This record gives sequence, structure tokens and C-alpha cells, in this order.
Amino acid sequence: MYLKSALHAATALTVFASTAAFAETITIATVNNGDMIRMQGLTDDFTAKTGHEVEWVTLEENVLRQRVTTDISAKGGQFDIMTIGMYETPIWGKNGWLVPLNDLPADYDVDDILPAMRGGLSHDGTLFAAPFYGESSMIMYRTDLMEKAGLEMPSAPTWDFVADAARQMTDKDNEVYGICLRGKAGWGENAAFITAMSNSFGARWFDENWTPQFDSEAWSNTLNFYIDLLNDAGPPGASNNGFNENLSLFQQGKCGMWIDATVAASFVTNPNDSTVADKVGFALAPDTGLGKRSNWLWAWALAIPAGTQKEAAAKEFIQWATSKDYIELVAENEGWANVPPGARTSLYENANYKDIPFAKMTLESILSADPNNPTVDPVPYVGIQFAAIPEFAGIATQVGQEFSAALAGQQTAEEALAKAQALAADEMEAAGY
Amino acid sequence: MATQHSRSAARIMMAPAVILLLGWMLVPLTMTLYFSFKKYLPLRGGDLGWVGFDNYARFLSSSAFWPSVQATLTIVGGVLLITVILGVFLALLLNQPMWGQGIVRILVIAPFFVMPTVSALVWKNMFMDPVNGLFAHLWKAFGATPVSWLSEASLQSIILIVSWQWLPFATLILLTAIQSLDSEQLEAAEMDGAPPVARFGYITLPHLSRAITVVVLIQTIFLLSIFAEIFVTTQGSFGTKTLTYLIYQRVLESQNVGLGSAGGVYAIILANIVAIFLMRIVGKNLDA
Repeated sequence: MYLKSALHAATALTVFASTAAFAETITIATVNNGDMIRMQGLTDDFTAKTGHEVEWVTLEENVLRQRVTTDISAKGGQFDIMTIGMYETPIWGKNGWLVPLNDLPADYDVDDILPAMRGGLSHDGTLFAAPFYGESSMIMYRTDLMEKAGLEMPSAPTWDFVADAARQMTDKDNEVYGICLRGKAGWGENAAFITAMSNSFGARWFDENWTPQFDSEAWSNTLNFYIDLLNDAGPPGASNNGFNENLSLFQQGKCGMWIDATVAASFVTNPNDSTVADKVGFALAPDTGLGKRSNWLWAWALAIPAGTQKEAAAKEFIQWATSKDYIELVAENEGWANVPPGARTSLYENANYKDIPFAKMTLESILSADPNNPTVDPVPYVGIQFAAIPEFAGIATQVGQEFSAALAGQQTAEEALAKAQALAADEMEAAGY
Repeated sequence: MATQHSRSAARIMMAPAVILLLGWMLVPLTMTLYFSFKKYLPLRGGDLGWVGFDNYARFLSSSAFWPSVQATLTIVGGVLLITVILGVFLALLLNQPMWGQGIVRILVIAPFFVMPTVSALVWKNMFMDPVNGLFAHLWKAFGATPVSWLSEASLQSIILIVSWQWLPFATLILLTAIQSLDSEQLEAAEMDGAPPVARFGYITLPHLSRAITVVVLIQTIFLLSIFAEIFVTTQGSFGTKTLTYLIYQRVLESQNVGLGSAGGVYAIILANIVAIFLMRIVGKNLDA
């Protein structure tokens, strides 16, 4: 009798589990970048293959970060999949907030994911998020303006060359500015750019004892160089320009050079959006000869918050969206220039992708970035344009505001650095370092 | 006249609504107070225990605190000044008989219906942008160098944007008040030979004082918690970090719930100080 009811119960459970596995609706939080919007358009393919429905919550980058961080730290359980980056993944993975992705099937081919991406999205060797696309940063420049200035861009330029070229390309009367760089405050905006830049000048955020280093000469050199360069050759109001503002200026033909995310390459070379699509060249981010370039490393990745009721369906979605097949699907629908870049080695071995003008430079930039050894001197943190500690976002946003105010001429670089040093020291002490 | 019996019946029937409303207000307030005495860092394991008044001391001693109070009060003061003065002026104008009066009035009120985020984005990108903005083109047309409004005159720019949004509200209240002014008084003064400025100063303005008080009180309450315009335009840079923005930064960007909650309690105290101050000075008008 007991056995019979147990069998009944087991059968019922199996039936329930299998139907549940078939008709799930998963909720995904994602960022409103072009590649993610494209993914939403292709969701029908996923539904046709698996039967699962998808609900999208699409948010602007800063808002997404706050929403998902609040949701996961308060165990809100609103989402089954979250789009997060290289900053969040190791911290959340360490806290046990994410489902490990170490049991993906063989045909998914985890080893095909670029090692730099796998490293940045893991904690203690366990993968916690799968990269949807990866990026580094590089120089995008106007070949016609470079020619007009009588210069030739080397494939791996120095900061001195870049600054000199920027000043020569500048023609303020005709609204052509030699260089556009991020100036808008925020840890993901100017702080990211200046941090990556500072690596090439030999600066670092913290020494090995977690003491902030903004009082160092290397930081002074970085910030003064950045401010002078933008004052001489940057667009007016540069302190309000972030990624989107600079993208728009470049597409309008108002920037001679722009050092920013490699994913921007497909936007500036798209003739539908860019007036200078056929005049763009690419080069590695500059250095100063100290052994580190000023390019960063980032991935927008998909992760499953621990505790979700729909883990299996969520994993199926991640496998679909970050697979080789998905890349083929995008290529078929939108062309090879629009596939999500920077995540898989096989993409760069694909004959169809090799002809894309920015493919080679993107890969080289990604490969030259090492988040485990980001600076000239040793540091206790992982991350190139950030330090992967929970306090970083808060501190870097405030530091970014000081830098932004210095760029706007409201204070000197030295004043900004002194304030940055004080507030970073204060926050780090309060956090118990 | 209500009997004791019907009064207690009324009390019982109202109780659920009163309890619901009180709970609705008290629960968040109590939680803010509770968290303000805790070290609560969601990214570092959550609740790390009681810390007494540490959060309060840290929030007050942070270098960003006093500048944020100053920025808050400057914005509130600036917007009140602009909206009240221009509001009176616009209300007087709109009260004059004119062709298409209804349409003009709707147009003047229109900005109030635009979402703060949308209006801030429009101002930032279409007017104040130093390369593509309308102001930049105007400046260039006159041979001047375009101004980077949001970084060079950040606080003033935000005051301008917020004033644009609140001016319709002030105008509407003041216009209603002007319309209730007895025209016979004005005519009598005019016949007695009082010039327009005197008629305005001795009759219209005193008549408007109650309406101005209402405008000042209501706007102050809303302006103390101004957020969207700053979030969209400067994100707290260039000295535009208000107290609300600082609290937001502490809780959401720094993920320090305890510290932010202590800031929230300070904000409540500040709002009450300002309210009492206002009630004492201008609130007397409301008794009349």
C-alpha cells in the first residue's frame, strides 16, 4: 500500500516536472544595447526550439546595474536570467548568488570561449556567467583627417603620437575635434576610461596593502595629460560626454579619433548611421612604453541568480544565446558585421568574419588585456578598468565626479586627485581594508 | 448631532482605513530608522550588526554632506524665486483679455505635464548641448563661443530646467487667485488716480499673498526631493549633488544601506526644519 502511493506520488512528480520543464516562461533582465535588442528580435527561434517563452525587461545600463544588484542582494527573485558584466560576476559568484555554469554540454564547447573572457567571468576557476559579447577598447580614427594632417597611424601607437595627431587634426572652426574621450562622471564612464589609461602611465588604484594611490606621480601625469589633451583637442563640454555622446559625435564626423569600446566599431562603420563609415581606421589603444596599453576588457554576460525556480530553462536559454549557432543565426539575418563579437575563438577563425575590417584589431585588443595583471606595478585586485571589489562602484563614481569637475575647469587635476585620495581612503577604511 | 453611539460606530468603520494609511507611512519610516543603526552592506553579506550612531556620524562628517545641503537649498531657493516672480507676471498677462486666451493658457500649462526625465533630456540634448544644442547655434550665430551649460553653470542650468517645469504650477495657482480679485477695487483705485505700479503693490500683491504662500509651501515640499533632473543631466557632478542624490549614491551606488538610511533620517529632519521655518514666516498668511 505504502509502496503504491509512493509510486503514484513519484509518477505525479515526474509528470509535473516534465511538463514544468516544457512550458516555462523565463524573465530576463538585459541592457538596451544593439546586440541585446537584436537578441530579443530572434527570441522566436529559441521558443520554437525549446517551447519556453521569454519575457524581457530591457533597461539602460546604469538602471540595469542598480535593478539587478538590488534584486540579487535583497533576494527579490524577479529575474531568471540577469545580464551582468565582468565586475559583478566574480563578486556575486564568491557570495554564492549565481548558479555555476560548469555543467554545460560538450557541444556547447566552453573551451571555445576566449580565455580572457572565461577568466573574467569566473571565481576560483568556476564559470558563473556566459559571455554574450566581449569587448576591449581601441582607437577608431578618421583615415582622411589623418592623411590631411600628413600622418600615418601606427598599429600600436604611443600616447605622445596620439596627442600630437589629435592636436594637428583639430579644426575647431569647422567643428572637427582631434580626439573624443569619455568625460562624463561614472564608474562605467570616465572612471573606466581614465583607469585603463592610468595603467599605461604606470598608475594603479591601490597598492598591495589596499592603500589608494592617487597621490602618486603617475596619477598626476595621467590626469594632467588627459585634461590638457581634451582642452586642446577635445569637443566642447567633454565633461558631459559618455559613450553614447561620443558615438554620436564620431558618427557626425566631428571626432578625429575616439578611444572606446571595440563594439563601437560596427556602429561607426555602418553606413546607415555613420556619415564617415568608409573613412574609419583602427589601431591598438596607446601606451607610454611601460609595458601596459590603455585598453580595457569587458563582457556583457548572462548569469542565473541562485534560487530561481526555472534554472533548467534559464540554462537552456543561456546555451542558445551564447552558442555558435546563435552567431550563425545573426549572421544569416543581419550579416556578419552584426554578430556579437569578442566571446568565441571560432568566430575569429571563421572565413566569413575575417573580412570584417575591425575583426583583427578587436581580437588583438582583447588578447592583449590581462585582468589578472592589469598594471605595471603589482596590485591585489582583478580587473583592468575597475577593481573587482564591492566598494569600487561607489568610490569610482565619486572619483569620476572629481575628475569630471577637473576637466570642466572647476578645479585643478591636483585638487581632484587629493579629493579622490581622501574619499577613497575614507571608504576603504570604513569597509575594513 | 451625533450621539456617542454613532461616533464610536464611525470610529470603528474608519479604523481600517486609518490603520492602513498609518502603516503605509510608518513601515518605511520605521525601516529607515532601523537600518540607520545597522551596518548593512548587501554586497558584503548583508546585516553586519548594530553600530549605534556610527552611520549618522559618518554621513555628517563626509566631505559631500554640507555641499549637498547647500546645493539642495540653492536649487529650492532659486526655483522658488524664479517661479514666483515669473508666475505673478505670467498670471497678470494671462488675465488680460486676448485672442485665443484658452489655447495660450493651455500652452503655458503644458510643461507641467511633461515627465521630469523627458524634459531634462530635451533640455540637455536639444538646448544645452555645446556642440549640437540650440543655444550653441544661437551663440555661434552672434559670434560667441558656445557655453558648456551643464558643466560651467551646472547649478544654474538645473534651476532653469526645474523652474521651466514648475512655472506652470505657480502660474495656474496665481492666475486663479487673480481672477478672484474684485475688479471694483482696482477701478476705484484707478479713478482715485493710483498709478499701475501702486495698484499692483497695494491691491494685487497683498491679494496674492495667500496664493504665493501655497505655491512656496507646495513647491518646497517637492523641490527638496528633486532627483530626476540631476540624474539625467549631471549625475551629481559639478556641485549639483543634492541631499537626495547623495542618499541615492550611498544606498545604490555604494550599496551601503545603513549609511544611506542615516542620510534619509537627516533629510527628514532637514525637511521638517525648512517646513517649520516656512510655516512661521509665510504660513501666517494662511490663518487670515
